[in-house]
Amino acid sequence: MTKLRTRHLLGIKDLCLEDIELIFSTADNFKEVINRPIKKVPSLRDITIANLFFENSTRTRLSFELAEKRLSADVINFSASGSSVKKGETLIDTVNNILAMKVDMVVMRHANPGAALFLSKHVNAKIVNAGDGAHEHPTQALLDAYSIREKLGKVAGKKVAIIGDILHSRVALSNIFCLQKLGAEVMVCGPRTLMPKYISGLQVKVEHDLQKALAWCDVANMLRIQMERQDIKYFPSLREYSMQYGLDKQRLDALDKEIVIMHPGPINRGVEITSEVADSAQSIILDQVENGVAIRMAVLYLLAGRSEN
Amino acid sequence: MSPSPRIILDEKQLNIIIQRLCRQLIETHDHFKDSVIIGLQPRGVFLARRIHYQLGKITGNPNIPYGDLDVTFYRDDFRKKDLVPNKTNIDFIIEDRNVVLIDDVLFTGRTIRAGLDAMMAFGRPADVELLVLIDRRYSRNVPIQAKYIGQTIDSVASEKVKVDWKETEGQDRVWLLTNEETKAGIA
Repeated sequence: MTKLRTRHLLGIKDLCLEDIELIFSTADNFKEVINRPIKKVPSLRDITIANLFFENSTRTRLSFELAEKRLSADVINFSASGSSVKKGETLIDTVNNILAMKVDMVVMRHANPGAALFLSKHVNAKIVNAGDGAHEHPTQALLDAYSIREKLGKVAGKKVAIIGDILHSRVALSNIFCLQKLGAEVMVCGPRTLMPKYISGLQVKVEHDLQKALAWCDVANMLRIQMERQDIKYFPSLREYSMQYGLDKQRLDALDKEIVIMHPGPINRGVEITSEVADSAQSIILDQVENGVAIRMAVLYLLAGRSEN
Repeated sequence: MSPSPRIILDEKQLNIIIQRLCRQLIETHDHFKDSVIIGLQPRGVFLARRIHYQLGKITGNPNIPYGDLDVTFYRDDFRKKDLVPNKTNIDFIIEDRNVVLIDDVLFTGRTIRAGLDAMMAFGRPADVELLVLIDRRYSRNVPIQAKYIGQTIDSVASEKVKVDWKETEGQDRVWLLTNEETKAGIA
């Protein structure tokens, strides 16, 4: 296969296995590029990309911006704070105004699920979803699966536990889709209050005991408690959550095998994961960040380069 | 009736040419002290690896630096067709080195143009030379010339030169095909 099936990257749900494999093999090439003395290629020199972040972000935004710059694209950044969104401008108006300045691609993060899909139907640009509410975060799932592939050789047949706040996590949903397409077994683990109702329809194992989940898995992907999305109390206290679902060295030492530790960031050290574990040799958290740039370069390259005939 | 597909070089001729190219390289590069060899992906690497191997045998130095270079990200026909990148594998810096760039067929010169760009990501070479197996004369789009040439051929633009390698097609030979033959998948 030489090109993606989709014109936009809205979610993992729209991708087929071949799409994901094409993104991975292209990312392999970009990983080599970003480790060169000169880390830049001219592929997207005639492309302008707008990064629209209606929600806060550090890693994803920097990672996308770096990926765009390493591909030689022109980049404009937009964040909702300090913009006319505050004055009541609609999403389509905002984006169409930006596109009127001849922008070819839009990378968008938005608090509303489906915002990227909505945009793709109403504006004439290629859209990359950088997170839409608690729906999808496709590039994160791709880089997570890519990091597992890099560390363990393959994804198929591996057991991956996604642990923590599943209910509010777009990373969890995209990861489940992506890992399943690649043939991994997926388990979600967390308190009952942080399990979404739809989880029973996703063919994943559900576990509420962290130690059992750890004993089952090859890879533990620790998610952050998303305080900013929690409108009510889902658990008595952070301390109690940490006691039951926090990953520490004692829990890892109790296992008879070494598992791979992942975290999409930002880490709440001492809540879902202790510093000792996050900085240990088992942790591939910083590899995930490095791979994020390569994966995003691959996605942008494949979408921008897609011939339309 | 169009003529049947022509084999312009068979295995024996190809080997003789590779031997000659190696000796020409040795003539100018002496002991390859400051020289490196870079094969262009995807098809130039087979020739480049053979030349590298032969040079090792002839000079007694099998450790001449060698790398594969992919030019996909530097091409000028991005978006005109879907381009799938290949592996770049260069674990040395070419700063102040003499680079021998190797490809199988020199046609429009655009791939080499991209190759020159791609190469610069690994440093500023002292000198760059181009070696090709087949030089298709009178078909250049950009002013690029090879210093070492296996065979020069005159062909029309609609024709295609196809180089088969043992590694991929099971046999070493070079074809000259018409447009129709290329489409029909002959050879």
